[in-house]
Amino acid sequence: MSLAAPPNPEVTSITLPPVPNRKEESWRFADLSQLKSLEDLQPASAVELDSAGLSTIGVEEASARFVFANSKLISQTGDALPDGVIVLSLADAREKHKALVDEHFMAQPFELGSAGYAELHREHTSEGVVIYVPSGVVIEKPIEVTHWLGGDKTVIFPHTLVVAEANAQVSVIDQFVSADETSASLSIGVCDLIAKDGANITYANIQRWNSATRGIQIASTSAGKDANVKSFTLNLGGTWIRNEATSHLNGAGGNSDMLSVNVASGSQQFDQRTLQLHHAPNTTSDLLYKNALYDTSKTVFAGLIVVDDGAHGTDAYQTCRNLFLSDDAEANSMPGLEINADQVKCSHGSTSGQIEDDELFYFLARGIKPTTARQLITIGFTAEVVDKIGNAALQDFALARIEEKFANLPV
Amino acid sequence: MSDETATVEQVALEKDDIGNFKFPERNKFDAGYGLSEKTVDYICDVKKDDDWVRAFRKRALKVFEEKPMPTNWATKDLENIDFDKIRYYLSDGERPKRSWDEVPDDVKKTFDRLGIPEQERAFLAGVEAQYDSEAAYSNVKDALSDEGVIFVTSADGLKDHPEIFRKWFGKVIPTGDNKFSALNSAVFSGGSFIYVPPGVKVKHPLQAYFRINSENFGQFERTLIIVDEGAELTYMEGCTAPKFETATLHSAVVELVAMKDAKIQYITVQNWSSNVFNLVTKRGLAHEGAEIRWIDCNIGSRLTMKYPGVIMKGRKARGEVISIALANDGQHQDTGAKMVHAADETTSNVVSKSISVGTGRSTYRGQVHIPKHLKGCKNNTECDALLINSKSRTDTYPAITVRGNQHATQHEASVSQVSEDQIFYMKQRGLNEGEAMSLSVNGFVNDLVREFPMEYSVELKRLIDLEMEESVG
Repeated sequence: MSLAAPPNPEVTSITLPPVPNRKEESWRFADLSQLKSLEDLQPASAVELDSAGLSTIGVEEASARFVFANSKLISQTGDALPDGVIVLSLADAREKHKALVDEHFMAQPFELGSAGYAELHREHTSEGVVIYVPSGVVIEKPIEVTHWLGGDKTVIFPHTLVVAEANAQVSVIDQFVSADETSASLSIGVCDLIAKDGANITYANIQRWNSATRGIQIASTSAGKDANVKSFTLNLGGTWIRNEATSHLNGAGGNSDMLSVNVASGSQQFDQRTLQLHHAPNTTSDLLYKNALYDTSKTVFAGLIVVDDGAHGTDAYQTCRNLFLSDDAEANSMPGLEINADQVKCSHGSTSGQIEDDELFYFLARGIKPTTARQLITIGFTAEVVDKIGNAALQDFALARIEEKFANLPV
Repeated sequence: MSDETATVEQVALEKDDIGNFKFPERNKFDAGYGLSEKTVDYICDVKKDDDWVRAFRKRALKVFEEKPMPTNWATKDLENIDFDKIRYYLSDGERPKRSWDEVPDDVKKTFDRLGIPEQERAFLAGVEAQYDSEAAYSNVKDALSDEGVIFVTSADGLKDHPEIFRKWFGKVIPTGDNKFSALNSAVFSGGSFIYVPPGVKVKHPLQAYFRINSENFGQFERTLIIVDEGAELTYMEGCTAPKFETATLHSAVVELVAMKDAKIQYITVQNWSSNVFNLVTKRGLAHEGAEIRWIDCNIGSRLTMKYPGVIMKGRKARGEVISIALANDGQHQDTGAKMVHAADETTSNVVSKSISVGTGRSTYRGQVHIPKHLKGCKNNTECDALLINSKSRTDTYPAITVRGNQHATQHEASVSQVSEDQIFYMKQRGLNEGEAMSLSVNGFVNDLVREFPMEYSVELKRLIDLEMEESVG
C-alpha cells in the first residue's frame, strides 16, 4: 500500500487521537475542552447534503473551480490549462498521477502539536485538490476550491497540495463554508505548498464555518531557491479553530510571507501556531497576524522563528497585533525566536491595544457615527494584512468576506 | 600592541586568578551527600529550627520529590543534575561575626582577594558575606539600626523577628511554585533578612557577597526583604565562585515585599564559575504605588535559569526588570521576566539584552499577564540579542496574555551582530579586533550598564572585556 492510498470506504466512525496535554509547549494556553468534547464522530460522506441548496460565492474569474460537499466532489469546472498542468481532485490524482502524489503527499514533518490529527487526515482524506504546474508555466487566474460541510458530528478532511516547478506561478483559494447554521461539525485539513526554484505561489484560506463547527488546519510551505510563497489565512467563522503553519526556507533567496486576519466574536477561539524554519542562507520570511477581538473571544498566537546553524544572512520577521474591541476578550501572544546562525536580521513584535480616542475623534469630527467609525478603523486594521497578499482577485474576495462579517456584528 | 592593552590583559589575568582561588575546606557540620528526610532533619537539628520550620521543610521536600523536572519547556541540561551527588548543608558552625577582627583569617583572605570590604567597607552601609551556607561576617552600621532597619541573616531573622518574618515568608513564592523553589524551601540556609521601617530611605546600597567554597555543595540561600510604607532600599548581590571539577547547584529563593509607596531596587551580578547550575526564583510583591526593580546581570554559571518577577498587587504599582546576560562557550543564560498585573493602572517594563559568544546560548523567556476587569495596565518589553560568532545561539520565548480592552502591551525583540563595518572602522583607528569587539559589545549594553551602581558598572565593563577577549580568532 502506498503512503497516499485512498481511505477505506467502509469506515463508519472516526476515532480521534488522544487529547494533547496543555503542558506540551505547543498546546500552552489552548482550550483542550474543545477537543475533549468531540466524540461519536462519523465521516461527513455518510451524510447527504442537498447540493441544490448550496450557493457558492467565489472569486469573479477562476481558471478552475471545485466544489466539495461533505467530502464529495459535486462540481468541477474550468478553462483549458497549458500542457502539463495538473489540476485534479485528490481522488483523481491518486489514480492518474500516483508518482506525483506519492512524492509530495504529506511529506513534511508535523512539529506544531497536531501530528496525531495529521495522521488521522492521512488515513481518511479523499477530498481536496492536487495542483501541479510545470516549469515556467504561469496560471493567471486563481484556482478556487470550496468545501461545504454539514451534519452534526461529521468530519471532513480537506486536502490541498500545490507543487509549482521552477519559475512556475499559480494562485489558489480554499474556502470553507457550512451548509447550515447549527450543526457542529469538524474539519481536519492539511495544505502543502511546494515552490521549487524561482516559483511563485499565492494561497488564501478563507474560513467561514458556522459558529458551532471546529477546525484544525495544518499548513506547510516549502520555498526553494529564489521562490516566493505568500500564504494568507482568514478566520471568520467556527467556534474553535486551530491553525498550524510551517514555512521551510530551503533555498537561498527563498521568501515566505505568512499572513493572517482573524475576526473573533462571540465566544470564538482562534488558536494559531507558526514556525518559520530557515534552513538555507540568505532566505527571508515575514509573518503578520492580526486579531480583532470582540465579545468574549480568545486568541492564541505562538510563533517561532528558527534559524538553522549555517543559515547566515537570514532576514526573518514576525508580528502579531491584537486589537481589543471588548473588555472581556483575551489574547495570548508567544512570539519566539531561536537563532543559531550569524549575520542574521530577526525581529518580532507583539502588541495589544484598543482604538484610541483621538482616532475615534477624527471620525466623529467628520460626522461619522462611533459605531461606523469603529468598524472602519477595524477594517483598516485588517486591510493592511490583506494588501500584502499581492493578488487583486484574492484580496478583493478576502476583503469582501471581512466586510460581510463586520456588517453582521452587533455594534 | 599598546600599553593599554597590556593593562587590560593584566587586569583580566588577576580577575581570572581570583576566580580560581580556593581555600581548604573546614566544615564543622556536613549533611553529607544526597537528599532525604534525614538530611532535612539534620539541617533542622543543626540550625535548631522551630517545629513549624521543620514541618515547612518536610512539606517542601515532598513537593520537590513529586514535581517533575520542567524539561517540557526548559533545557535538557537539567537532567544532568544528580541530586544524590550534592551536599545540601555545610557550615563551620560558628556564630555570625560581629566585627571584622573576629572573622577567621582564611575567610578574610578570600574577601581580600575578591577586593571587597577593605576598600568598600567605609562606602557600604553594611556587609553580609556568605561563606558557604552561614554568614561568616555581618555588620550593619549603627546609623541603620538606629533607624530601625533590620539587616541580618535569614536564620537570625527567623529567630529574632518571627512576627515580621513569618508573615511574609513563602508568601510571595509559595513552596510549590516550581521544583527548585520547593528544593530551596526544604533545605534553605543562609541568605539575608531585611526590614526597613516606614518612611526610612536607606541611602547606601546594602550588599551581600556570596561565595561557594566547597566542592559539590549547593547553596540554598533564602532572602526576604520587606520595605514598609514609603521606605526605600537598594540591595546588591554579587557572586563569584572558585572553579570546581564537578557541577555545583545553586538554588536561591528571594522574596521582596514593597508596602504602599515603597521602593526596592535589587541588583545582582552573577558570575558563578562555569560548572554551576544556577536555578533561582526571585519575585517581588508591590503594593499600591510601590515600585520594584530587578537589575540583573548574568555572566557566569553553566546554566542559569532565572526569571525575576513582580506581582503588582496595588493600584499604580510598578515593576521593572533590567537584564544583561552574557553567554560564553558552553554556557546557557536562560533568563527573563514575569510580570503579573493584579490591579488597575499598574505598569511594567522589561528590557533585556543578551550577548552570545562562541557556542554560548542565551534565552529570554517572559511572561506578562493582564487579567480581566483591570483598567489602564501597561507593559513594555524589549529584548535585544547580539550574536558574536557563527556558533552562537539565541532564543526568545515571550508569552503575553491580555484580557480586556483598556490596556496597552508591546513586545519587541531583535537579533543582530557586530557589523564588519564597525569593526573595520575601529581597526582603522588602531584598535585590535578584540578591543574593537569589546568596545562594540560594551556599547550594546551601555545604556543598561548605567543602571548599575558605579563600582558595579566598572566591574561589569571589565568582565565583558575579559569575556570578549578570546571571542575573535
